[in-house]
Amino acid sequence: MKINIPTPLRAYTGGQQSVSVPGATVGEALEALTCAYPDLRQHLYSAEGKLRSFVNLYLNDDDIRYLPQKEATPVEESDELSIIPSIAGGCRCYL
Amino acid sequence: MLHLTYSDYSALRTHGEETYPHECCGVLLGNSQPDGNHVRQIVRAGNTRTDSAHNRYNIAPEELIRIQRQARKQGLDIVGFYHSHPDCPAQWSQTDFAEAHWVGCSYVITRVDQGKAAVTNSFLLTGTSEEDKKFLDEPVEIEVRKSATELEQEKGKA
Repeated sequence: MKINIPTPLRAYTGGQQSVSVPGATVGEALEALTCAYPDLRQHLYSAEGKLRSFVNLYLNDDDIRYLPQKEATPVEESDELSIIPSIAGGCRCYL
Repeated sequence: MLHLTYSDYSALRTHGEETYPHECCGVLLGNSQPDGNHVRQIVRAGNTRTDSAHNRYNIAPEELIRIQRQARKQGLDIVGFYHSHPDCPAQWSQTDFAEAHWVGCSYVITRVDQGKAAVTNSFLLTGTSEEDKKFLDEPVEIEVRKSATELEQEKGKA
């Protein structure tokens, strides 16, 4: 399947916008990705091995956190997985 | 250095005036080059923080994926983001820093005073990880040339 790599993580995939990896589930595809590009792992997962809270993973248009099988969701060759770090912030001060 | 056209610069500031007293937000599309991020197009995004829109912003990942798909078709990348600080300095806040994860991207902030755009600053997120990331003041070069949006509009009229 194809995994879309966001701009800040392309330094760890040789500059590639997307990479093709084998795998029957989302989890297997991610494992294949981090095996092929080991430097990516620390940017996706915490030291405890949990997906970092600001990293969003979308299987096509679905957030995998809300898929019933989550990372065990089966995937097909034509599926696309997108890694999207969150965008947020804001000013706290008041006049 | 961040390079953007005067029309895109004006458009992101106008966005902040339109959403005042709430924060606006959007995405900068373009290309990263050795001399900095070059913006070719800006895309407005919705602020999902309706619970606290006067001092918070969040772009839905679904919207970001749509914007990224559109960008790729045009040969563009996400090179930064913009948002406004209603009645607050055009400086990054602790919240901005904690929530910044796109290393190499430009974060543009416009102060909007009583509905009028004031100072606009840009900050480049640098570093190699969450642990050593930092914001650097980033000079902004305003280019006097037509943006991709304007060229598209002209093509449509022709």
